[in-house]
Amino acid sequence: MELVVFVLAAIIVLGGALGVVLSGNPVHSALSLVGTLFGVAVLFVAQDAQFLAAVQVIVYAGAIVVLFLFVIMLLGVDEAENLRVDPIGGQRPGAIVAGAATLGLLLAFLVARGGSVTGERSVSGAPDGTTANITEVARVLFTDYVFAFEATAILLTIAVVGAVVLARRPRRDHDLPAANTAESSS
Amino acid sequence: MTPTTTWYLVLAAALFTIGAVGLMVRRNPLVMFMCVELMLNAVNLTFVSFARALDDIGGQVVVLFVMVVAAAEVVIGLAILVSVLRNRPGATADDIAMLKG
Repeated sequence: MELVVFVLAAIIVLGGALGVVLSGNPVHSALSLVGTLFGVAVLFVAQDAQFLAAVQVIVYAGAIVVLFLFVIMLLGVDEAENLRVDPIGGQRPGAIVAGAATLGLLLAFLVARGGSVTGERSVSGAPDGTTANITEVARVLFTDYVFAFEATAILLTIAVVGAVVLARRPRRDHDLPAANTAESSS
Repeated sequence: MTPTTTWYLVLAAALFTIGAVGLMVRRNPLVMFMCVELMLNAVNLTFVSFARALDDIGGQVVVLFVMVVAAAEVVIGLAILVSVLRNRPGATADDIAMLKG
């Protein structure tokens, strides 16, 4: 049963990833990305990470892909791109060689490792197997990693402010930014 | 026959490679961002696989942080793209190599 889930999810993940790369229309790429993200969420559930699967669907498939589609529609760049032309000579063969080398090295490492997993434990320790996954994640997140958690809060605030500043339409009369903020807040 | 950790790692390696090749080949900056998301998801899958193999919940917490950083990166990157492509519709990654808005 677990094998069937893995094979189906792997097909969805790899098919979606190939769809992202190979489809000329950015909208089709975004929809293929949804398939990949759902497949990864299924694999998260298969590996006892239920909370992360929910976050994956809500944040990635629900928010980030919608943001992609929103920008595609806002900018009107949804016409198909001709993928047959190779504007820079030798770029595609070079990229494929680099990709094959990456995959080959990763697989060689995995084969040489021989299926055993070694590594140092983090400070958080093992789940005890009786409490729910979200309880375990929350316990570690709000004790051992609480400073990192607070830092992500600051990061998200900076990102929101930066997005608003960057995407703002500049005024024609070239006011100072300080004057703009004072005007908009009044 | 149940899938072992190695299976998940091989799948993550394949997903990472597809994302990396796409990032190198594609020229539409939006699609390049999607390829970055593919690579981040491959790494997240690796983290979760190791979290289960090592029986350590810390790997899942790291994935949560990766998702937060990825969300912030997408928001900022798309805002930059909006401000660039508003002035020049249809710009590819080569046209904006000079970083002059």
